[in-house]
Amino acid sequence: MKFPISWLRDWVPYAPEADELAEKLTLAGLEVDDVSVLGEQMDNFAVAEIMTVEPHPNADRLRVCQVSIADGQPVQIVCGAPNARAGMRSILASTGAILPDGTKIRRSKLRGVESQGMLCSAAELGLGDDHDGIIDLPTDAPVGTPATTYLNLPDAVIDIDITPNRGDCFSVLGVAREVAAFSGQRLQDPVVAEPSAAVDTTLAVDLAAPETCTRFASRVITGIATDAQSPRWLVERLERAGLRAIHPVVDITNFVMLELGQPLHAYDMDKIDGSLIVRRAQDGEACVLLDEKEVALDDSVVVVADQSGPLGLAGIMGGLSSAVTADTTNVLFEAAFWTPAWIAGRARRFGLHTDASLRFERGVDPAGQARAIQRATELLLDIAGGAAGPLLDTTHPTHDAVRASIEVRWKTIERLLGIALAPDEVVNILERLGMRCEADDEAVSVTPPSYRFDLAIAEDIVEEVARVFGYDEIPAATAVLETPLNAGSEQDTPLDRLRDLLVDRGFAEVVTYSFVNPELQTRCDGPADELELANPISSDLSVMRRSLLPGLATCAAANQARQHDRVRIFEVGACFARDGDAVVETMRVGGLLCGPRDAEGWAGDRDSVDFFDAKADVEALFGVRGTELLWQQSEHPALHPGQTALVVLGNERIGRVGRLHPKLANSLDLDHGCFYFELDANALLQTPLPTFAPISRYPRVRRDIAVLVREEISAGEVLASIREAIPELLRHVVLFDVYRGKGVEPGLKSMALGLILQETSRTLIDEEADSAVRSATDALKTKLGATLRDR
Amino acid sequence: MELARLAERALAEIDSADDLAALDKVRVGLLGKSGLITAELKSLGKLAPEQRKAAGQAVNKVKSELAEAIEDRRAALADVALARELVAETVDVSLPARTAAGSGSLHPVTRVLRRITDIFTGNGFQVRYGPEIEDDYHNFTALNFPENHPARAMHDTFFFPDGRLLRTHTSPVQIRALLADGVPIRIIAPGRVYRCDSDQTHTPMFHQVEGLVVAERVTFANLKAVLHQFVEQFFERDAKLRFRPSYFPFTEPSAEVDVLSSEGRWLEILGCGMVHRNVLEGAGVDPDRYSGYAFGMGVERLAMLRYNVPDLRLFFENDLRFLSQFAR
Repeated sequence: MKFPISWLRDWVPYAPEADELAEKLTLAGLEVDDVSVLGEQMDNFAVAEIMTVEPHPNADRLRVCQVSIADGQPVQIVCGAPNARAGMRSILASTGAILPDGTKIRRSKLRGVESQGMLCSAAELGLGDDHDGIIDLPTDAPVGTPATTYLNLPDAVIDIDITPNRGDCFSVLGVAREVAAFSGQRLQDPVVAEPSAAVDTTLAVDLAAPETCTRFASRVITGIATDAQSPRWLVERLERAGLRAIHPVVDITNFVMLELGQPLHAYDMDKIDGSLIVRRAQDGEACVLLDEKEVALDDSVVVVADQSGPLGLAGIMGGLSSAVTADTTNVLFEAAFWTPAWIAGRARRFGLHTDASLRFERGVDPAGQARAIQRATELLLDIAGGAAGPLLDTTHPTHDAVRASIEVRWKTIERLLGIALAPDEVVNILERLGMRCEADDEAVSVTPPSYRFDLAIAEDIVEEVARVFGYDEIPAATAVLETPLNAGSEQDTPLDRLRDLLVDRGFAEVVTYSFVNPELQTRCDGPADELELANPISSDLSVMRRSLLPGLATCAAANQARQHDRVRIFEVGACFARDGDAVVETMRVGGLLCGPRDAEGWAGDRDSVDFFDAKADVEALFGVRGTELLWQQSEHPALHPGQTALVVLGNERIGRVGRLHPKLANSLDLDHGCFYFELDANALLQTPLPTFAPISRYPRVRRDIAVLVREEISAGEVLASIREAIPELLRHVVLFDVYRGKGVEPGLKSMALGLILQETSRTLIDEEADSAVRSATDALKTKLGATLRDR
Repeated sequence: MELARLAERALAEIDSADDLAALDKVRVGLLGKSGLITAELKSLGKLAPEQRKAAGQAVNKVKSELAEAIEDRRAALADVALARELVAETVDVSLPARTAAGSGSLHPVTRVLRRITDIFTGNGFQVRYGPEIEDDYHNFTALNFPENHPARAMHDTFFFPDGRLLRTHTSPVQIRALLADGVPIRIIAPGRVYRCDSDQTHTPMFHQVEGLVVAERVTFANLKAVLHQFVEQFFERDAKLRFRPSYFPFTEPSAEVDVLSSEGRWLEILGCGMVHRNVLEGAGVDPDRYSGYAFGMGVERLAMLRYNVPDLRLFFENDLRFLSQFAR
């Protein structure tokens, strides 16, 4: 439902400005989909007259017009519109004007001919969809008048999504009623009084299917002028509401439908054969509709027929045979009340979706038919003259325009909303919505207006009260015996999730004592001031552990002794340290692995695990942050000096990974190939929140290089240098081989690297990829003394 | 004198042995069957008995001194060998791990569903599921959608030839749960739903989470509180919410809820309302004694807002480059 705010102000003169109105309507349940302001910055636009039109010397599709906007020199305009003609009045954007799309009008040369402005189409002015030609104004449009004055600008078009229950809001009147109720204004009524009949012609209507139609108001108007034009204001309103002006009679029916919500149909009186009958169609009947398509009818659809047959699909679309044309002089207006159930689904069935069916499906005001005819009559007489016949209001005895009253107990309002409202306030709200109220101590009896057929039970009335009172004004309240929702952060990673991850990677969880052998602890972690128990269970278990290693190593040794050559164990637990007089307790995750990489099997890898298996397990625990870890070569008394790393995340040392020192292994009778990791659990308990990063649609390019570096240069340094050198283009770098031996000088190693490059906004060309690779190798050369290896 | 010189020379030989094999050779030369010290011991027998004792003590002392020296040397050599071995075994710890980390990921929809479920189950909501192939009764009629009502048309339903349909919302689980469990009830129902619509902002399949609370004295004020808490929990920030009147056949009053974005725009995130009397009655619940609220939220919509995903269709393209962005 789309309409200009200027139209709404005919009904509620003090309706607020567009943005505020949109907000108010949305909060009233009429969701505003879009607000577009028209003609906001329209200086330098004026009504202009085209004096002459000449062909353009250098372009077939352009023409050169001399255009006058006031007395004095005409200006020269080059124009491409096919409808430009001498004597035509239109809107000229002069030099300096800015179109709604931001285009600035400048003096310019078009194919060598000077143009001092632009003649505008409705679309270019932001006033409609019509961009087939320049705007064609009536010949009485005063030349030189600013466009804002002549076109009644600025204005704003409000587009509302109407929910299925609010068919009554499918009109300017319906929206105005809501605005009036919410703002406490009185509704103005621009509809004039019933004209007196000038002729006594009527056309009889037989309501032969009262289940489908109980009211059919009609009027005959004879002798209208065939050369009448819809006035500018009417065209303007229709266009701003999204409809095109077609013919004064059709324009008037559309106008009344948009204004009052009652769809009208106009017949060419002279093409109707005898009187009208409203009936269900017979199987086998057919009808050609206004869109010139023939539809096959059956008993489930309703038609308005004359003595020769169906004239149209009732409530959906009229027929071609009785349609109003340019030659029509005698018109019959129809305003009927079609039962929603007899319209619902029918339009869809015929692949149609019309403004009329949309309104009838949801229900129109059963009391609004005569008034719609009256409004249309007034307009038609005004625009095209003619003589009106009397209103023929054919009503079936079953027609029901009065709603049953609904009893609402005061308690029900409080029971549903959770707040008590004063009866006076409730009654005031309901009366503003057009309801009649009779209140007593217990309840209020409410009679909704005829157009509010969505109101049937007490809860419907409660919603109306809440809606006007304001949903936002109802305080939130947690129910009795409920606690507020509280689920921590999405970034939290429970320790159990880390346990599950290790279990899925083949580790068995172990639980070892928190107190350990002091001598073993010294061998595992060096000497320190121990936290000693006063009454240990035995001297072997007399000090609190400083790391998980004593427990894990002892446990691994015991299992190896039980003939398990493949051991993968982990423990999650607290470790303890003295800090002066205080004790520091930290949660750690530790693991130990040794033996073959895979369990024995026909396809398994029987190689022993190494440092890089332990590293993979640690990276897995860190998930997406695994690749952010820094691995620094380090030493530790219990670990192999050449296979030990300190794990750093950000600036924090958060753990250690290494191979057990052969001496420690020997002393425990452990296999020499044991790898151990221990991490600060706190570093593992938060994962980053994902946030979408655009994905490049362009292909990736991979370039492989091999570089020679000295032994002491680490892979980490090589990878970091490459990432630093080409940060934008590099998506990923993979180190796919490290080689020493034949062909490589002793003391050097060869690293083979795959560089995956990609542009986010276009396809990367070969030269760019080559140059990126050069930047990377140059950086390796200068920073690390690397040389490119010939292949 | 002879012995002392011998010992001195032997110690020098031990010290100069620079590997374990050389040391062993020295040891055999001194202490072996035909070693020099062994020979000295054998020669004791030739001495006079009164000299034998003193000489024997002297030779044995030298022998044990030498044995000790050999042992010390052996340990020292072993340490050197070990150190050499350790150096040889040194690895570059910065080399990438054997298997790349972080390659797996949960679909963002699952991630959001888990999060929503955690938030509600943590407060005593039960989780209920319903069939995705539904009948007209549960999907529409029991939810107070009148026959031929425009609200049905808005749902763009997928039908099967026998009249069954793909559920257009998770709301039918309300009906099934009320019929199975009765009242009081406090549930959420997550799952897939289907609508015959596919464009830039619609996919024919998407996900919803339904919520239903029915008990004595449940009010719209309670609904407001729960949804406000939910939104603040979900987005982990203070949130400003706007409840505005709307229409769903199965709730009365009905509301749509908007949340104020950080850019100051109102974004629609869910629909809700007080359960309609007809729905309660149809499920055998006395609407004059019990009241309740229901809400339904679009999971993809929440995921888009939570993770800044600009296009709904990305969720169903399953591009690994997209999916991997949601790894933990």
